[in-house]
Amino acid sequence: MKAAAFDYERPPTLERAIELLRAANGDAKVLAGGQSLGPMLNLRLATPRLVVDVTRIPELRRTADERDAVVIGACVTHADIEDGRVPDATRGVMPGVARAIAYRAVRNRGTVGGSLAHADPSADWPTALAALGAEAMIAGPAGRRHVPVAEFLSGAFESTLAADEILEAVRVPKLSARARWGFHKVCRKPGKFAEAMSAVLWDPDRGVRRAVIGATDSRPITIGDARGSVDRSRGGGADALSEHAVAAMLDGAGLGGDSYSRRIHLVSFRRALAQIQST
Amino acid sequence: MKPIRLTVNGKPVSAVVEPRQHLGDFLREHLLLTATHLGCEQGVCGACTVLVDGVPVRSCIVYAVACDGADVRTLEGLEEDEVVTQLRAAMSRHHGLQCGFCTPGMMMTARDIVTRLPDADEKRVREELSGNLCRCTGYVGIVDAIRDVQEQRKSRRGAP
Repeated sequence: MKAAAFDYERPPTLERAIELLRAANGDAKVLAGGQSLGPMLNLRLATPRLVVDVTRIPELRRTADERDAVVIGACVTHADIEDGRVPDATRGVMPGVARAIAYRAVRNRGTVGGSLAHADPSADWPTALAALGAEAMIAGPAGRRHVPVAEFLSGAFESTLAADEILEAVRVPKLSARARWGFHKVCRKPGKFAEAMSAVLWDPDRGVRRAVIGATDSRPITIGDARGSVDRSRGGGADALSEHAVAAMLDGAGLGGDSYSRRIHLVSFRRALAQIQST
Repeated sequence: MKPIRLTVNGKPVSAVVEPRQHLGDFLREHLLLTATHLGCEQGVCGACTVLVDGVPVRSCIVYAVACDGADVRTLEGLEEDEVVTQLRAAMSRHHGLQCGFCTPGMMMTARDIVTRLPDADEKRVREELSGNLCRCTGYVGIVDAIRDVQEQRKSRRGAP
């Protein structure tokens, strides 16, 4: 399977990359690692006139350790995060998520920003970063803007990014020492696309009890105040984990899908919730 | 068409490539380096795995034009590599291949496991191999070969 012909540019700066996208008038794709775009080009699901390779733009590879957050450049690879080559705001949460993305050869090339911008609902970062309360930092012709990752995806393979905007970085708030994290995904085989995914963050020192249901047919579903269910499950309350309670919460949050899909989301969510229980 | 300069198996290479040509095709067609096998050409099977700047990548979903300035190594360039030499003998000893189609990519991933995760247990080895499809062996021989090389290297590390 070979890609259809395309032009290729590798701009040295973010400004130049945005100019190229603007001039292409929607007929360009950004390559930030190419581990999803490559297959799409080869299968000819994507046939852009121009591919703009942003992987050598220095500011997209930068990380910054701030007082209450870590900023991770869009072109930092999953393997960089897995191996701890970048600062971690999340006490091991992000390296753990990174390690289970696809396969090592893909993680060596695939990037956190590329994955998010690709907006595949079954990918790990849209769900994990939404649950962590991260922000997407976006650069475009009109300047810069920030969007919570929870609001970044607008649907399957659709995001709030305009055709001439580039995801520059993600800003991940630091977890407090008492924070607990639960994450579970259902894959038919390690590394395959997830059929269900759930993330739960309990961080009482920052007042956070957030749950996200991913790998849906559309954008991840964020339950911003999962207080009742999360607190009861922290307290060891078996009722919080009951099938009935979780099903009621997922249905209340608008989880659709057929009975199989609903079932595996339910299982995945209960397993994620169980991980934050006191031990 | 775009000009590129890169290093392949330690030798400098200059070429003019079509942007749509992936690295696997570039290696096989321009340089006649046919140890790299192309299976699915959509990043799933792992047969085309090569080293780019020292780490395994799938050459079918990396375009040659994007490898300008990179250091690429194929199985041909690892003939004298110590780990690959050990793996070659172990794969043969443990019947880690039958048709051989997946083997070049399998060797790249096996080398990565042995060097990056010297203490990986069987479960982890199998997890790490999940991105390389083998339809002959059922993986038993491949896992045994990797574990064998891990043990050889461990006992040597431990020797006075």
